[in-house]
Amino acid sequence: MSRWAPAVVHAAGWWDVLAEPWQFQFMQRALLVTLVAAVVCALLSCWLVLIGWSLMGDAVSHAVLPGVVLSYILGLPFAAGAFVFGIGAVALIGTVRQTTRLKEDAVIGVVFTTVFAVGIVLVSVTPSQIDLSHILFGNVLGASDADIVQVLALGAVALAVLVMLRRDFTIYAFDRVQAHVLGLPVRRTGALLLGLLALTVVIALQAVGVVLAVAMLITPGATAYLLTDRIDRMLVVAPVLAAGCAVVGIWSSYLLDAASAGLVVVCQGLVFAVAYVVSRVRQARASRPV
Amino acid sequence: MTGGVARMTGTPGGSGLGLRLQGVTVRYGPVLAIEDVTIDLRAGEACGLVGMNGSGKSTLLKAVLGLVPLQSGSIEVLGGGVSPARRGGLLGYVPQLDDLDRDFPVAVADVVLMGRYHRMGWRRRPHPADRAAVDESLERVGLTSLAGRQIGRLSGGQRQRVLLARALAQEARVLLLDEPFTGVDAVSEAAVTAVLKELVADGCSVLLSTHDLAMLPDLCERSVLLHRQVLAQGRTADVVTPGNLARAFGLDLGGAR
Repeated sequence: MSRWAPAVVHAAGWWDVLAEPWQFQFMQRALLVTLVAAVVCALLSCWLVLIGWSLMGDAVSHAVLPGVVLSYILGLPFAAGAFVFGIGAVALIGTVRQTTRLKEDAVIGVVFTTVFAVGIVLVSVTPSQIDLSHILFGNVLGASDADIVQVLALGAVALAVLVMLRRDFTIYAFDRVQAHVLGLPVRRTGALLLGLLALTVVIALQAVGVVLAVAMLITPGATAYLLTDRIDRMLVVAPVLAAGCAVVGIWSSYLLDAASAGLVVVCQGLVFAVAYVVSRVRQARASRPV
Repeated sequence: MTGGVARMTGTPGGSGLGLRLQGVTVRYGPVLAIEDVTIDLRAGEACGLVGMNGSGKSTLLKAVLGLVPLQSGSIEVLGGGVSPARRGGLLGYVPQLDDLDRDFPVAVADVVLMGRYHRMGWRRRPHPADRAAVDESLERVGLTSLAGRQIGRLSGGQRQRVLLARALAQEARVLLLDEPFTGVDAVSEAAVTAVLKELVADGCSVLLSTHDLAMLPDLCERSVLLHRQVLAQGRTADVVTPGNLARAFGLDLGGAR
């Protein structure tokens, strides 16, 4: 009898450790916001990775900074300013790209760093309680009711559009010429995808901040692409993995008393590493002579 | 000259007209890609577009598809404009194999189904008729057993047949093919040729660019020899002559040598 007792206590102890963080409302809210952001970002990341727009995610996520600062100054919801600047950056990149002979990565680099720098300057001259680190690295534990409503509403819109128009996004990513030949609205689909990118960055901003939003917009799709060669499966694998990372990241941030956004992204990176090893092993097996 | 004759003998706007290019000129900045190209293609006619690399073959096909703007001239598909023909799915295109992203995570049947997206609703949900068309198209090109395979795990010839199956599923009436026999094995070449002959017999217009002259007389009754301008057009046997080919393939080389 006495032999078993410690084991039971031990099991109960583990359960407590697992369950403890979720007793607190701020942890539940943090998890909710991060889950929504992770799932929406992960879905979008599948197409971004396949089209080759990962840098675009980087650009948009940084370019929203001045928008967020201006929103605070003007007393608007942060999403409004962020969305305007996200779209503006995309439009600016597209215009410069099409009217010069510069390659896209150079244009993206110039535009997003400049816009980001404008944001840094704005923060420094704004005599208020704007906390730059909250914008840069997220403030999921301090999310207000309004923030949460905003994230949920925008997340629902982005999710619905991404899921319902997924086949248009896939043919856009795969074969724009075929889409054009069939008379499908190619430009509109591309513009919609970029608009959704801006929207998704706004959602991710609350959860993980400007800097790490780009990780959520690339890593899940890249991981899923290593694991499967069907886009339909990628669109399931990526959000599921990202959701798992959100749970583990938020939970471990409580346990370790460490940055939640950082841990969520570290977790995604670790899953990518595992997927990389799995794909290498598969390749080795496939190429081994039978 | 030959273009002029074809214009006079053709029936303008008639129901037998597949594809008509009149005085088509395309310019990329300062570079004149194709100049004053006039081609008439009837329904049920296959035409080879012959020329060396850089002669403007791909540009001409892209011009028909509306992918590059015309500087001057006009293009008609089935007696109407190009845009309505595209929206109606009447204009089909089989791109060069190199233009296809072979690592893209889609299966053969998914690619063929994309030929029917314009028929589906805004959510692109396939109906049983769409699935049936995919199955039938794959059977015609002999790829039924590979329907579930990712496109990167096919040979070049098999991928070419997938692209042809997509155009079949689309039920295009005017079909453009860019170098369909480049990088393609003999089995696939035979399969593609057989299907194209069926399409022509069925009343489709087929315009295919190639620099492979061996298969040309068998498949294409007519040919156009292109070197930025139309050097010659008419019956393939009359067009593909040693003298004409020397002009088409030797012009630039002559300067370099």
